[in-house]
Amino acid sequence: MTDDRKEKDKPEDLERGDRREFLKRGAALAGGLSLGAAESAIGQAPAPEPENMIMGTTELGAYGKRSRFETSVRIPHGGRPSPDAFGLDFHIAAPLQESVGVITPSSLHYVGTTRGSFVPDINPEDHRLMIHGMVDRPLIFTLEELKRLPSVTRLHFIECAGNRSNRRHKTVQETHGMTSCAEWTGVLLSTLLNEAGVQEDGDWIVAEGVEEVKGASSIPMSKAMEDCLICYGMNGEAVRPQQGYPLRLLVPGFEGILSVKWLRRIKVVDQFYMTYNDYGHLHQDSDTAALGMQIGPKSVITFPSGEQQLPGPGFYEISGLAWSGGGAVTKVEVSTDGGRNWMDAEIRGTAHRMAHTRFSFQWNWDGNECELQSRCTDELGSIQPSRAQIAEFWNQPPDQPVRVRGQDNSIQPWRIASDGSVHNAIS
Amino acid sequence: MRFLKLLPLFMLLGVYAQAQSPTYGVGRTPTEGEIRAWDISISPTGEELPQGQGTVAEGEELYLSKGCAGCHGITGTGGLAPRLLKRDVGATSNPWAFGRILPIRSPYATAVWDYINRGMPLMAEGTLTPNEVYSITAYLLYINEVIPEDKVLDNESLPKVEMPNRDTWAPLPDWWKPGLPRLVGYPY
Repeated sequence: MTDDRKEKDKPEDLERGDRREFLKRGAALAGGLSLGAAESAIGQAPAPEPENMIMGTTELGAYGKRSRFETSVRIPHGGRPSPDAFGLDFHIAAPLQESVGVITPSSLHYVGTTRGSFVPDINPEDHRLMIHGMVDRPLIFTLEELKRLPSVTRLHFIECAGNRSNRRHKTVQETHGMTSCAEWTGVLLSTLLNEAGVQEDGDWIVAEGVEEVKGASSIPMSKAMEDCLICYGMNGEAVRPQQGYPLRLLVPGFEGILSVKWLRRIKVVDQFYMTYNDYGHLHQDSDTAALGMQIGPKSVITFPSGEQQLPGPGFYEISGLAWSGGGAVTKVEVSTDGGRNWMDAEIRGTAHRMAHTRFSFQWNWDGNECELQSRCTDELGSIQPSRAQIAEFWNQPPDQPVRVRGQDNSIQPWRIASDGSVHNAIS
Repeated sequence: MRFLKLLPLFMLLGVYAQAQSPTYGVGRTPTEGEIRAWDISISPTGEELPQGQGTVAEGEELYLSKGCAGCHGITGTGGLAPRLLKRDVGATSNPWAFGRILPIRSPYATAVWDYINRGMPLMAEGTLTPNEVYSITAYLLYINEVIPEDKVLDNESLPKVEMPNRDTWAPLPDWWKPGLPRLVGYPY
């Protein structure tokens, strides 16, 4: 009889790789044999075994991909479709709500383009970078030549000037998704400019891409010589096409439009050139112009954040990102009562200059409605303001919507309702 | 000891030498022709503008024949692409009220010329002749009431066009430097 049973319960098709079915049948068999002792011998598994295997392929062996259960994706930003009616990529936001650590995976890094752009399909062997204008020695480089020069590798965020939260946004992807952080590798722009020899009145550069629209931005020479990078590497491999393959300018801590992609030309000039990129980001007063260049100290809680759901009262690690165009983040604070009391958060890992910095805060939620906020301080001593503080500084009438001048670095409030749902609390 | 006293001087000379001559000798010198072929930048003062000229009437024809109207609308508005005609906001002298529209918001007419030259028409960028770019620039400035109908634009007259926003935008303040707090007296 035992042999009969074994024969009858034998899994028909082990080759299918249906491991769970096999185990269930195996457990039933064991139960049959030991008559009720199965519960203690094999036990109730706390979680099912995976049902399927990922078949090895040459492609997956060569270049891996994430689990099919990971569905975190970018979305078009700001109500404009991307790609749009012409097939142009415009603005695409990163899913910060699912982010961990500080590196944005290259596939999820936010995208912004001049005008809307097709992503050029560049053969790196054909690509050149030319430096000319007010220099002693105009120079032209192949990618191979650039890679021979002394390199640097740095963590830096890039953030779009359009990364502005408002009360209509629901998720942190909508309020803050136009910032991302990667490990960038390349040559310091100052290395190349010194090699070319900048002439006395060369106070600005114009950097230009090779895409159809030839997107170009003007950058002050003081910044160009300080810490700008000509990047060919991103997160351990070549810069992705959507990020400027094979060469991208990176202007750390400044509005993202300056970090010109598909870079092919840098012209040293004596004045602000008022390119299409520049004209689109003009300001009416010099205070706002000053606040528009460099991004101030900024942070946001990514968990729990808008549209997420807490299952119930208990322990949660509040987690978020902090960054500043003014240098390294030196302090992050969290409030669980809408900004009345502030407590120090822990900075996870090293706070790099002009880089996303992960912070966390140990929290026991009592199940009552509350409002979470975070704020950070940078190495310049500047501190992230609430929208009310901004309104007060500029003497804005309290009955009008708060106007945040320059780059928006205002505090993002999240309201936790008593049912555990999380909502944007900008009023 | 005397050598040590001279050391800072040597170091200074070293820095000076490094700033004046190439350190690595990597890369090559582009030819004049290569620079000309790639250098499409146009400054607000217009030094790089090519010879040529255009009129409003020619621009109106080109606006239709080059496909501009197909995306931007027959009258400069109503298409899928960004509008090129200022908004009707009644009597105002504030150019910012008209919206972020290139031929009215830009402080310099050179920027209008530059963008048409580098970025238009979609899918055929860089194919317009200098005369065509002068003409389309003239037409767009005309429909936005920046220049009169009989104005002829060329490399001399274009930079002199008085754009409504010439003096109502703010450059970076003189004290501005990277790495400083963003605004004096602003704690945020």
